[in-house]
Amino acid sequence: MGEGVLYRISGPIVVSRKTSGLKMNEEVRIGDEELIGEVIEINGEEAVIQVYEETTGIGPGANVYGTGNPISVELGPGLIGRTFDGIQRPLVVIKEEQGIFIKRGLNPKPLSRDREWEVDIHLKKDDLVVPNTIIGEVEETSLIRHRILIPPGVYGKVLEIIELPGYRVEDTICIIEDKEGERREVKLFHKWPVRKKRPFVERLPHEEILFTGQRVIDSIFPLAKGGVAAIPGGFGTGKTVTQHSLAKWADADIIIYIGCGERGNEMAQVLEEFPKLKDPGSGKSLMERTILIANTSNMPVTARESSIYTGITMAEYFRDMGYDVALMADSTSRWAEALREISGRMEEMPAEKGYPAYLGSRLAGFYERGGRVKVTEDRIGSVSVIGAVSPPGGDFSEPVTSNTKRFVRTFWVLDKELAYSRHYPAISWANSYSGYFDEIAKWWEDRDIPIRSLRIRVMEILTVETHLRQIVQLVGEGALPEKERLTLKEAELIKEGFLQQNALSTVDAYCSPEKQYRMLKMILDFGEGARDLLERGLPLFKIIELPIFSELKRMGVEIENEEIDKFDKLAERVEKEFEKLKEEYG
Amino acid sequence: MDSIYHKRHIGAQELTGPILIVEGVENVGFGELVLIEQDDINRLGRVLEVAGNRAVCQIFAGTSGIDREKVRIRFTGSPMTLPVSEEMVGRVFDGLGRPIDGCGEVIGEEERDVNGNPLNPEAREYPRENILTGISAIDGLTTLIRGQKLPIFSGAGLPHNEIAAQVVNQARISKEEDFIIIFAAMGIKADDADFFMRRFEEGGALSRLVTFINLADSPSVERLITPRCALTAAEYLAFDKGNHVLVIMTDLTNYCEALREVASAMGEVPSRKGYPGYLYSDLATLYERTGRVKGKEGSITQIPILTMPNDDITHPIPDLTGYITEGQIVLSRELHQRDIYPPIDILSSLSRLMKDGIGEGRTRKDHPDLYSQLYASYSRVQRVRSLASIIGEDELSEVDRSYLRFGEDFEGKFLNQGKTESRSIEETLNRGWEVLMNLPESELVRLSKEEIEEYRSK
Repeated sequence: MGEGVLYRISGPIVVSRKTSGLKMNEEVRIGDEELIGEVIEINGEEAVIQVYEETTGIGPGANVYGTGNPISVELGPGLIGRTFDGIQRPLVVIKEEQGIFIKRGLNPKPLSRDREWEVDIHLKKDDLVVPNTIIGEVEETSLIRHRILIPPGVYGKVLEIIELPGYRVEDTICIIEDKEGERREVKLFHKWPVRKKRPFVERLPHEEILFTGQRVIDSIFPLAKGGVAAIPGGFGTGKTVTQHSLAKWADADIIIYIGCGERGNEMAQVLEEFPKLKDPGSGKSLMERTILIANTSNMPVTARESSIYTGITMAEYFRDMGYDVALMADSTSRWAEALREISGRMEEMPAEKGYPAYLGSRLAGFYERGGRVKVTEDRIGSVSVIGAVSPPGGDFSEPVTSNTKRFVRTFWVLDKELAYSRHYPAISWANSYSGYFDEIAKWWEDRDIPIRSLRIRVMEILTVETHLRQIVQLVGEGALPEKERLTLKEAELIKEGFLQQNALSTVDAYCSPEKQYRMLKMILDFGEGARDLLERGLPLFKIIELPIFSELKRMGVEIENEEIDKFDKLAERVEKEFEKLKEEYG
Repeated sequence: MDSIYHKRHIGAQELTGPILIVEGVENVGFGELVLIEQDDINRLGRVLEVAGNRAVCQIFAGTSGIDREKVRIRFTGSPMTLPVSEEMVGRVFDGLGRPIDGCGEVIGEEERDVNGNPLNPEAREYPRENILTGISAIDGLTTLIRGQKLPIFSGAGLPHNEIAAQVVNQARISKEEDFIIIFAAMGIKADDADFFMRRFEEGGALSRLVTFINLADSPSVERLITPRCALTAAEYLAFDKGNHVLVIMTDLTNYCEALREVASAMGEVPSRKGYPGYLYSDLATLYERTGRVKGKEGSITQIPILTMPNDDITHPIPDLTGYITEGQIVLSRELHQRDIYPPIDILSSLSRLMKDGIGEGRTRKDHPDLYSQLYASYSRVQRVRSLASIIGEDELSEVDRSYLRFGEDFEGKFLNQGKTESRSIEETLNRGWEVLMNLPESELVRLSKEEIEEYRSK
């Protein structure tokens, strides 16, 4: 094993001298307290190490030991429903041992060593195996059957299946004879280095929508399963609320939520709220499909840097089982700042705004780990990545936002003006985009929903409205012709009645595909009907005076997902009211 | 005393600003406390970096007057600590936690590292109980929650001190129980410190006050320790002794400037506006020392005050603060000039935790919708006003004119109140309804028909 002697300490970055045998990205232990670190630079006999714990009191002369392994995570049953820090230490165990504050020098194992799992074994002696072949299945939670996989790199034949009534994660479940004729013992868990992509057969095109129940997202700026998206927004624009909504309602099998350098109280809210919330598909608790990583802003900055890799490695592992995984990172700007802080302490030459020159390639390395892939010849899985970005001062030209834009295809811009007027989700229709609309069009078609034409009409109205608003700013609304004022009213309906969604209302928080379609159609049909009335010479104020006009703004909170027939009644009423007006005005 | 300071050294290698560099030392740890002695000089410092036998120390009171050859440097082997006990309540300390009220040393029940440790997110309890301050703009629209950190973003000359003092004097837990107030002053003027003391005395808060004072003419680097002492005391009083603690810290801008001073003396690579790249992480180690803990009685609520340089909310200090704290209360120079107190700019203010602390059983059932309606309508007022300034008020539609009336009333009757006036939550909400009645009912889309029926007459 490699070793060295500590020489320089300045915060979380330390330098060891007289080192030998240490590899890049190797996990090391420092001093008597065995603090965890990772080698991030080697220069002759000097090694730069980032330490994942507080370094106060550590001085020159402390010993550095190599572990021989890169920084890795443990992958096996017992991950779901739990909360880890940025280097996969289980926070509940830390709390039991240390109390309410996180002190250093404790390194509990991520997976419980005692818990026994019943395995439903699929393999038998002499079966041929390749990486990701399913050995057996464990019911990890009532929602998730955890598939025990042959680890990457192992090809061969089953020599022996070891049958036990219950397996602990360190128990051997089968013995494989690999191509070289060597015996490989396979346990319930294996380790995988966080900075290395897990291999797969090939990338596949996107086909299915990651349905989120959020109208402005699904109908207007959708994300595909296996797609990558970013949510940029200044503070107070609702990034975290949007991320929480996605974590709650997205129709992925597994959710991995990374609180990366964010607020402690927000994590407390997630920890308290998720177990109580029901998954809309199954009615089970959301925690039965969720893994949380909590590295709040005051926890070591180095662990914040590694937290997104810890998260995405776990995501890839569940993808390899054939699941659709959605990963949310809140916020990648905090991660980038950690990178900057570490780079600064290493005295590297800064590029734009003090960020290191490799910011772009690191971001690419993260987002490129998302995707829909063929895991084995007969299994498909996906990792969708949604990264929040917090541009300083709301300036979207800053390096993290502009670099992120290079690697994502869906961009949900949170707008300060919308947030100020409490239009939530404050996703701007003018600046957001989605590159997946065409690829997933078939998903809507299969449901007989002509979303494309509705979407085009919506964007048309909103664009015209933006121009009209500029005119109104100068001359006032009264100076516009009636038809154009109707466009303003239509836009108002779209914004208040469709794009806005109340995350706090039990009825409105999740909106089914059918309801999204009916709401949109209702609003656009109303506009069409009104236009027709205007042409017959009816004054606009008569139309918007109708009580039904303001009722259309409340469809989201008043009509349940299961009460689709209420839309028929609503449509009938609109028709009746319009007929009445027609009669009045001949 | 001498024996416990096991590592001592005579003479420094280099002195620059608040930084002292000493060579030829052994067994020095990162972050440990150092004592600087020379004739009648006694100063404290902290190790910022060690490399081999060379240690870089930050001297809180600066290096002025220090003789490179004569200075004696003692390394204490432990980080800076603060003796904590319940006796601290009612006492006044300097910026490093030393008593300055002439009442002698505090006998600590325990010595605590002032840097603290991060609260385990699993141990936190999500805060839900509101703190009513008697100020309509805060209680109604940016409700403060026990365990929240809610900063005041202000500007030079705006009445942030009055607002903070009013909150302290009017906030109550219940009829019997009061908050313990911890007041941490960083680089504020002696006048401002006197103002706070006077107001606290008038409000009868002195007996439950712990004060840490670093004034404008006190050593600037000491300010880096002041909030840490205050929060160490707060954690002890809240989580060990079960008290509800309200921490007022002012002015964070001075704190950040001290941080910049040290960073530049260390020759670090600067980030935005010369502030160090770790400003966010450093501020987080202060602001995050707030909250509630499962199974513990006490809580820590923070109201940090910062003055935005040039009233610029995108300046790194308010910007990074806003990303850590749970909202912000922003003061407006325009409202102040129109003599509206408190001049809170509602549209850019926000309390992220309020949604769970208001409504039925907490304040009143109409509160969430009323809040949403007031916000939405007031944001429309801004648009109508800019329109009116172009085309003239007479050209506005009837509805738009009603928004102008609403805006005037909202600012005059809802926002505006006396500096010692304490309004009940009922009164605040009723005033909200009263000013909304300037608008036609068709504009009240965020309120349900039933609510309008029930509350309009109030």
